[in-house]
Amino acid sequence: MADELPQRVDCLIAGGGYVGLSTAVAVSASAPHLRIMLVDAAPRDAMHKDERASAIAAAARRMLEQLGIWHGLEEDAQPITEMIVTDSRTNDAIRPVFLTFGDASGASGEAPFAHMVPNKALVTALRAKADETNVIQLHGDTVAGFEPTASSMKVILGSGAVVETALLVAADGVRSKLRDLAGIKTVHWAYDQMGIVTTVAHERPHEGRAEEHFLPGGPFATLPLKGNRSSLVWTEPTGNAKRLMETDEFTFELELERRFGHKLGEIEVAGPRKAFPLGLTQARDFVKPRFALVGDAAHGIHPIAGQGLNLGFKDAAALAQTVVEADRLGLDIGSSITLERYERWRRFDTVQMGVVTDVLNRLFSNDIGPLRQLRTIGLGIVDRLPSLKRRFIDQAAGRGNGNPALLRGEAI
Amino acid sequence: MPSARRKPIYDGSTVDQSEIDHFSSLAQEWWNPDGKFKPLHKFNPVRLTYIRDTLCSHFGRDPKAVRPLSGITILDIGCGGGLLCEPLAKMGATVTGVDASETNIEVARLHAEQSGAEVEYRATNAETMAANGEKFDVVLNMEVVEHVADVDVFVTACAKMVKPGGLTIVATINRTFKAKALAIFMAENVLRWLPRGTHQFEKLVKPEEIAGPLETDGMDIIETTGVFYNPISDSWNRSNDTDVNYMMLASRPA
Repeated sequence: MADELPQRVDCLIAGGGYVGLSTAVAVSASAPHLRIMLVDAAPRDAMHKDERASAIAAAARRMLEQLGIWHGLEEDAQPITEMIVTDSRTNDAIRPVFLTFGDASGASGEAPFAHMVPNKALVTALRAKADETNVIQLHGDTVAGFEPTASSMKVILGSGAVVETALLVAADGVRSKLRDLAGIKTVHWAYDQMGIVTTVAHERPHEGRAEEHFLPGGPFATLPLKGNRSSLVWTEPTGNAKRLMETDEFTFELELERRFGHKLGEIEVAGPRKAFPLGLTQARDFVKPRFALVGDAAHGIHPIAGQGLNLGFKDAAALAQTVVEADRLGLDIGSSITLERYERWRRFDTVQMGVVTDVLNRLFSNDIGPLRQLRTIGLGIVDRLPSLKRRFIDQAAGRGNGNPALLRGEAI
Repeated sequence: MPSARRKPIYDGSTVDQSEIDHFSSLAQEWWNPDGKFKPLHKFNPVRLTYIRDTLCSHFGRDPKAVRPLSGITILDIGCGGGLLCEPLAKMGATVTGVDASETNIEVARLHAEQSGAEVEYRATNAETMAANGEKFDVVLNMEVVEHVADVDVFVTACAKMVKPGGLTIVATINRTFKAKALAIFMAENVLRWLPRGTHQFEKLVKPEEIAGPLETDGMDIIETTGVFYNPISDSWNRSNDTDVNYMMLASRPA
């Protein structure tokens, strides 16, 4: 708890995850005169227990570079230099590769299209930057309520303190409480699937290769970490997933081996198992007067394409740019004119990604014969069309048009 | 609009509380981005960007700096509720906002008090100020010339207030068929952005009718920029098309 809470700030962010932190840092680094306050329900050391890692796409990496955070992460970051995609059954001994991205040899001289970064390192680096740029960080408190007035938003904290802000940003995750308080409705459906996340140690090096196997139960992805370790995102129907979560180490490892295979030698579970229900959530509005949603609070998607976090970074970059540019014109950063620009900027992109991941999941997470053949042909075509593949990679790398400045590696 | 005036309650001062209520409700209307003046709010970023960037390049300032217009004196003629004055003041400029309407000036003052913006507001007109010999680094003439009785006299008066080495920006609507169709028929009758009768075609002003008095007074025309509405992105953008909305930039030699 800070000793003295300011009565008025320019931007109050609820949620201390990556998206909330990167929004705070992106604004404060570009407009140091704005007072930014971040309210996080969790105590400051809570994230230190997080053993997971996240895939940071090239665009998000450029943003972290621009904000001066990346250099501190590089040591812990494992580049993904190659990615293969297969469509197979769980017991298939040989899984034909349908799609490959990247070039493990590095001969093309291109930067890796993504890095695996431990969550702990990422949050620590973002927090250090937030400290350095004078973001007021309040831990163990929440936003209990808020009320817009003509010239500001009155925010009531769980501790009872009242803070006025020009703009309130909700970065409080897929089950956003602030979104509900703001009266923003969502479109939501559950997939009856859960994502199990854990870490696996293996005998032989992965050589920077990520794999995604479209199994009938859902996608099974392995993502390379530093050393002989990989992070797993293992999707299963809810019933199976719950059984897998409850089962003993031995059975879990056995099930894991059936999917992971033995191409990297002996394997061993090297981290806690965690499971998350999967669903698609899309907020009907991203903004209200003096209120904006970012990250999962605005859109939660299936992890099939590993894009959730990157969409969140993109929201942060777009909102920060909108806010900073309005401020530089002497305009009200919380006015609906300012926020509408952010909404227009981000909504189409996030809906599109939601639809793509939804369709992919429906198309792949099954064992229906004709669909299998259709996918085989589809993936084969994508693999043989360099221009289409290029577009997928460009998209992931943030080179598409209309990207926020930070994702292009430019200052706001 | 509330027009019923309550009898003032005597509180020892000469301030009429019902007057203040009246003005503050008007101020709320002027400054509500989703209210009656929404079109003006939406138009504001594009013209503010133009003003800031033009002033920065002319006076050698960095547009990304904090308060980049510090020390520059600006006169905003026809300032209305102060939608342009306040952002300019927040960018550091020393701003004088002038409007012929006492009501507008009261509204603008009241809002500036609430927002903490430092702007000097005066209910007067360009001709009187010019006659008094007042001078500014920049004179802004945004969406006013199409409402005045005599364009020539008005533009000349504004030009006289520009210091040597200073600038003036005049923004208005061109007198073309396209403007009649878009700025009057579409904006007033179809989209209902503006109350009917806001603009009369005969009073719209062609660029040469502004350039004429400016040049006669010894100013150099630097450029004429169009401003166009894109219905797909629902935003205003600068363009080369000066047939409808345009801004003319002129400087006085140092």
